[in-house]
Amino acid sequence: MSIFSTKKSWINLTIWVLIIAFIIAAPSLLPVFRLNLLGRYLSLAIVALGVDLIWGFTGMLSLGQGIFFALGGYCAAMFLQLNTAGEFPNGIPEFFGLYGVEKLPFFWEPFKSSIFTLISIWLLPAIIAGLLGYLVFRNRIKGVYFSILTQAALLVFFNFFNGQQKLINGTNGLKTDVTQLFGQMVGSEIMQRWFFWISAILVILAWFFARWIVRDRFGNVLIGIRDDEARVRFTGYNPVIFKTIIFSIAGGLAGISGALYTVQSGIVSPQFMTVPFSIEMVIWVAVGGRGTLLGAILGAVLINYAKSLVSEALPASWMFIQGGLFILVVTALPEGVLGWIRKDGLKKLLFLIGINKKLETYPSLEVNEQGEVKS
Amino acid sequence: MQLILESLFNGVAIGSVLLVAALGLAIVFGLMGVINLAHGELMMLGAYSTYITQLIFKQVSFLKPFYDSYVIVAIGIAFLVSGTVGILLERTVIRRLYGSPLETLLATWGVSLILQQFVRSVPLAYGSGLVISLFFGLFAPLFISDELLQGAKGKLIRASTWGVSALLGVATGGVLSSLVSKLSRASARNVDVTAPSWMRGGIDFVGITFPKTRLLIILITLISVLVVIFFLDKTAWGMRIRAVTQNRPMSDCLGISTETVDIITFGIGSGLAGVAGVAVSLLGSVGPNVGGNYIVGCFMVVVLGGVGNLLGTILASFSIGIMTDLIGAGRLLTIWPEMPSPIYSTIDFFATTSMARVMIFALIVIFLQFRPTGMFPQKGRMVES
Repeated sequence: MSIFSTKKSWINLTIWVLIIAFIIAAPSLLPVFRLNLLGRYLSLAIVALGVDLIWGFTGMLSLGQGIFFALGGYCAAMFLQLNTAGEFPNGIPEFFGLYGVEKLPFFWEPFKSSIFTLISIWLLPAIIAGLLGYLVFRNRIKGVYFSILTQAALLVFFNFFNGQQKLINGTNGLKTDVTQLFGQMVGSEIMQRWFFWISAILVILAWFFARWIVRDRFGNVLIGIRDDEARVRFTGYNPVIFKTIIFSIAGGLAGISGALYTVQSGIVSPQFMTVPFSIEMVIWVAVGGRGTLLGAILGAVLINYAKSLVSEALPASWMFIQGGLFILVVTALPEGVLGWIRKDGLKKLLFLIGINKKLETYPSLEVNEQGEVKS
Repeated sequence: MQLILESLFNGVAIGSVLLVAALGLAIVFGLMGVINLAHGELMMLGAYSTYITQLIFKQVSFLKPFYDSYVIVAIGIAFLVSGTVGILLERTVIRRLYGSPLETLLATWGVSLILQQFVRSVPLAYGSGLVISLFFGLFAPLFISDELLQGAKGKLIRASTWGVSALLGVATGGVLSSLVSKLSRASARNVDVTAPSWMRGGIDFVGITFPKTRLLIILITLISVLVVIFFLDKTAWGMRIRAVTQNRPMSDCLGISTETVDIITFGIGSGLAGVAGVAVSLLGSVGPNVGGNYIVGCFMVVVLGGVGNLLGTILASFSIGIMTDLIGAGRLLTIWPEMPSPIYSTIDFFATTSMARVMIFALIVIFLQFRPTGMFPQKGRMVES
């Protein structure tokens, strides 16, 4: 039994070849500005995958993924700042001078090591998510209460990072585009090309990872929690453990995403922890299709692309469109676009326009408008 | 002693803004399990109503002598404006989403985005015209006898009331924009509400100055709470609301129109947001984002206070208010200067308004470890509660 034995596998293979070809060729196809945007949106797709895991599969709506996203970004930015700091007075990043800080705060120290940074980018957000999640889930706080608490936590982190100038440069955030890595400016064209490729590869890896999770027995329990948590508990599973693990995985994914986004946008700031940004992450998943991993990726990339196109043309209208999207997707398309297509949505649409005829399953029982059975 | 009194007063003042804002949220949440993320924007509409009322009183000649009392008129107008928009929101969006609170949360967020952009890009005069046409369009059918609204003729009458209200709205918009030039252009800038002369300054009492605006806000809150308690406890509709809060299917079976109860509750909850908006407009400048500053505080009040109990809401908002003042303004350090140094330095670290929020959130999460459903949880034997 070869995996290429069926027709479907051949289609899948062709799609993969096309995707990989596009990723390799993209830097020469797209102008630098667009390539950079695409790279950023691909990195956002990773956080969207995390949101899909906790919301689409486990049914917990977190409005605080921005915390973990920003934490990952800060980890990366701190490393990059330290990597370049040798040229500055006291050997510490430049901004410290503005606030009269002469000694590096203690928690910056480990970020001098690249290995520590690479690990902490995903591990630190995952640990914090796990802790926060455990404290909340342990008390069976769920539903809207959970959403509100995550939102409040987001605001708390925002206030903390915004207010601590002497520790992490407060409102101004940490710049990365003028720092150096491997002797190159991070903001340079060649580095950005590499970051694009890394983002694309990581999106694919994250997709495989998420798919592996949800297709396993673990994933079945998650879906069970989404559909009826009490019953899962009565069957002998402890939902707290599953919820904590998946929330911490989503946090880790958000951290990776944040780090990639930071190096490509050139700055990390408390703006990553604002309330609207975190809710936007949910809408990418909602539009793409909650509970479908591909939908999360497509939603993140396409909506952000649409956002940048619309904002370039008509800046004021994006808020209306976004607001409308929120309302439309929950009232009319609760499964998202991909979920709708998978549920024969296209056929229904074709039927509505009158291209496909409605199939009459039991012609003898079809009822006409007056309620009489057609002969 | 004076310090403690002053701190208490400030805490109560902060808490009463929170309370009047969270009151509406708590009632709606208790009844329908719906978190309305557009609540902050309904507050924003209330604040803008105050601003518009003030300008009208300033510009229109026959209202000028009554300028000093515009705040009181504004409270009523804000209640009606936010209530109308809230009812429209309930009828068009939230109605479709009962039973799925998370979806409601997202949809109301969408509404809040639209409302924010609306005040930015639509001239306030025409915005108020739109609200007026909505108001008459929604409420006019209530005053026409039911017989007239039946059948094909009824449809015509309904359509014509909407037509008339639309005309009325356009007319109001036109008149307003010609009367008050400030309202005729769209602007994203923040506006300021100036308090009338009798509200400026403060009252001196045992050596402390109490600012009059704060006192007025406390008064507004007190009256709103009393009215809400009276309405819920003493009127027929209040009883129906309580019944539906306790057991929706049972009330439905007993002939209570849960649909009407939902509309009334949502209207009152949103109207209270408008009243909160008046209070907010007296404290600082008014902008499209003004609601966002308060909304998370309101959520914390609801989470801390528990659902379906006004006492919980009241206690929670005052304790959050007092804590904010004690920690945020660093007053705890002044009251008790000789506290042990590790605690002193910790509290000193949190002694700004934004850091106080950090600390209060931590305290709330700790509190929820012991009382997961808030101070006064609803009693019941349901697995899901």
